[in-house]
Amino acid sequence: MAESAEDIRHHVAVYMKVFLALFVLTIVTVAASYLHLDSVAMTVTIALFIASIKGTLVACYFMHLIDERSIIYWVLIITAVFFVVLMFVPLLAEMNSVGV
Amino acid sequence: MDEIPYDVKPHPVTGLYNAKLGIWLFLASEVMLFGALFSSYVLLRVGSDSWAHGYDLLNVPLATLNTFVLIGSSVTVVMAWTSLKLNDLGKAKTWLWVTVALAGVFLVVKAIEYGAKFEHHISPATDNFYATYFTITGLHGLHVIGGILAFLILIFKGDRMWKEDSEHFTNRVECCGLYWHFVDLVWIFLFPTLYLL
Repeated sequence: MAESAEDIRHHVAVYMKVFLALFVLTIVTVAASYLHLDSVAMTVTIALFIASIKGTLVACYFMHLIDERSIIYWVLIITAVFFVVLMFVPLLAEMNSVGV
Repeated sequence: MDEIPYDVKPHPVTGLYNAKLGIWLFLASEVMLFGALFSSYVLLRVGSDSWAHGYDLLNVPLATLNTFVLIGSSVTVVMAWTSLKLNDLGKAKTWLWVTVALAGVFLVVKAIEYGAKFEHHISPATDNFYATYFTITGLHGLHVIGGILAFLILIFKGDRMWKEDSEHFTNRVECCGLYWHFVDLVWIFLFPTLYLL
């Protein structure tokens, strides 16, 4: 990976933009929570949606996932599948009592 | 001395130096570790008759401050890596020190939060809310401590490692950085989940 000094400077500029975006989104997250919306589903959706944007920014730019080898993507795709399964466990537990 | 192959050159099969694949596999296992706790949290919360709002019980301003601190430390560690790419070890070490300092600030703030709870005799045994809160933030805090140790090793052994093989050292910083971004990423999800919902 022979990157020129010019490339690196470009990287740094991107990092600063991401930093700013994360900073602003954190403020938005906290501000949104003060709205105390009546709908729990809406509150959860907004909070997790913003967190997902922030997480994606960190993963793509700080962790360089935007430009990575395919094997890493495969590792992460498999991880994501198992993660989704994990998240469904509470749902299965809930369904256990449906109609009882 | 036997050398571990492909610590600098990309492995012909993966196209990556080995440590990078290794750290990503480790992070995949970490996703499952925190995922299991997250899933347990959802199960406990959905299954309980009443669940406290984090913002009523926890210190949101302090946690917001800690979010800024961790995001900042993610930037400083990536700056350390870019400094090494520009062959500036001195600057890289300064950035690593700033990262360690920010991680320290995070832990101090967390300790203040914990202390305020313990003062009121609140512990993981109090209820399910505090049990999940202390378990998840506690595990996250241990990860922060682990990160500090890794960065201190890089700082104190940096001169020697850099002299031996500068590219190898740069890769080490990159791998520790990947871990550190993951710790930041976990917090990005923990903060709204525990404090704001």
